[in-house]
Amino acid sequence: MTQPSLVTQDLTIRFGGHVAVNAVSCEFRPGELTVIVGPNGAGKTTYFNLISGQLTATSGKVLKDGTDLTAMAPSARAHHGIGRAFQLTNLFPGLTVLENIRLAVQARSGAGWKLLRRVEALTELTEKAERYLEATKLTDKAHQPASALPHGDQRKLEVALLMAMEPDIYMFDEPTAGMSLDHAPDVLDLIAEIKKDRTKTVLLVEHKMDVVRALADRIIVLHNGELLADGPPEEVMSSQIVRDVYLGKSTEAA
Amino acid sequence: MNAIPSTQGSVIVKAAVLVIAALLLFAPFLFQDVRSLEVAARICVFIVLVASYDLLIGYTGIVSFAHTMFFGFGAYGAAIALKQMGPGWDAVALGAVAGMAVSLVVAVAVGLLSLRVKAIFFAMITLATASVALVLASQLSQFTGGEDGITYRSPDIFKTATKLFVDEEGKVVRIFGVRLNGKLAAYYFVFFTSLAMFLFMLRLVGSPIGTVLKAIRENEARAEAIGYRVVAYRTFVFVIAALLASLAGTVYAIWLKYTGPDTTLSFAIMIDILLMVVIGGMGTMWGAVIGAVLMVMAQYYLRDLMGTAAEATANIPLLPEVLNPDRWLFWLGIIFILLVYFFPKGIAGTIAQKGARA
Repeated sequence: MTQPSLVTQDLTIRFGGHVAVNAVSCEFRPGELTVIVGPNGAGKTTYFNLISGQLTATSGKVLKDGTDLTAMAPSARAHHGIGRAFQLTNLFPGLTVLENIRLAVQARSGAGWKLLRRVEALTELTEKAERYLEATKLTDKAHQPASALPHGDQRKLEVALLMAMEPDIYMFDEPTAGMSLDHAPDVLDLIAEIKKDRTKTVLLVEHKMDVVRALADRIIVLHNGELLADGPPEEVMSSQIVRDVYLGKSTEAA
Repeated sequence: MNAIPSTQGSVIVKAAVLVIAALLLFAPFLFQDVRSLEVAARICVFIVLVASYDLLIGYTGIVSFAHTMFFGFGAYGAAIALKQMGPGWDAVALGAVAGMAVSLVVAVAVGLLSLRVKAIFFAMITLATASVALVLASQLSQFTGGEDGITYRSPDIFKTATKLFVDEEGKVVRIFGVRLNGKLAAYYFVFFTSLAMFLFMLRLVGSPIGTVLKAIRENEARAEAIGYRVVAYRTFVFVIAALLASLAGTVYAIWLKYTGPDTTLSFAIMIDILLMVVIGGMGTMWGAVIGAVLMVMAQYYLRDLMGTAAEATANIPLLPEVLNPDRWLFWLGIIFILLVYFFPKGIAGTIAQKGARA
């Protein structure tokens, strides 16, 4: 079996007396798409925030290829290959679609500190950005401000931004949230495309069961901040414990 | 596909800026009186000051009230050096470097200590720091001249009596009736140093770092998430803006041959800068040029204009009273409100949008 690319060890965060994520230990491997499920408030997004650095763990560790990321700022984790997309659309609204993507390409290339080069002169960045526009079918909207895009295209841009970071770990938080049925497949196709590249590790928070079935190699279930189940999709989905959580039965009663 | 579509409006704005640049370049020949040259020099310096402030407020979304403090550091640096060491380029250099050194230290300290906090707290911290600087300038009167400020001489080449070129009779050469004397040299010193600083800023905002600054303004958390260390970029731009303001202060001090709290440090100037940025348009370097020109012109000429208007309407009841030059601030206020109403994104920002692709 391949070495895990991402490991969380007893990852815990407390907000006052409330333990939002409680001692979650998990390993994620390249070429594997893991869907994280759980009811609202289970700690899925908080778990994501701990991995990508928007929140810092109270205890426990986040390791990427053996490097301890636990104390790093989000920008440093991004440079270690953690790419994170957000549940609510989280773009640079006043900048154009092309500028949005070029920012991600530029961050990856480390050209952000070049003071006296004109942006236009760095053609390799623009060309790369245009390739991602093409891949996400946003080319004809390159010069529109991101805020002017319809919701479905904003979600696609969100994915394009993540792809342009060229991370090792892709983290999607409900990528199809709020999308109409005819647009959702676009985004899911992009994720399937990423999955095909067997060197990437993909983490996906998703509620829609058909999406889960179509994409998941593995499912982990979070409930009240704890890791409740972890395994292949069929096994997890048929387990009693997951049914109880999703059917709203309390686990004590089960 | 690669070309960024330029709008009709943005062409108009750039043309206006070019005209302004040409007028400033030939100002000594076009407007041959002392006051006009005073206005032109002030415009040059304020374009740099406003543009550097726009790097903070317009490009990055940082609200600071300490910009005049950095302007003052540069001005007082040059002023004290010229006063103590006598007029000379060594004093100018020392003053400029000292002013920039102080600006650098203070900007890094304020930046690193407080750019992590919410914008409103940062604004308050800059306000407090600037207040301290103002109080220090008036209290340390043995160095700063206190409220009276410092009067000194600038390097000899800038003295009005200096003849840059003399004819056979030893008189100063004139071109189009303009004496090629030290005053002219001083003006071009101001013009070209300001131009160099402005071009530097233009390059900066067009560079990759300029896009990062805009990204921070638009969505700080996401900029961090895709790999930009936001605190570092913010501190960097705060320091750059401070150094430019400081240099502008040195240039202005050399031109004025006087430095006091009212010319450099006061909060009245801070308000002027804010108004110029808003009138011109935030987040565009062209806006800084337009805002600075309009505001400085209004400050110098609105009273004259109103005096003329009051005389012209002398026979009509009430109007001469309303147009009395003493009420110029009232009219400036009205003009400002109208400008903000009709140009919500500032003059440059609003015009540049005209004809924009949907």
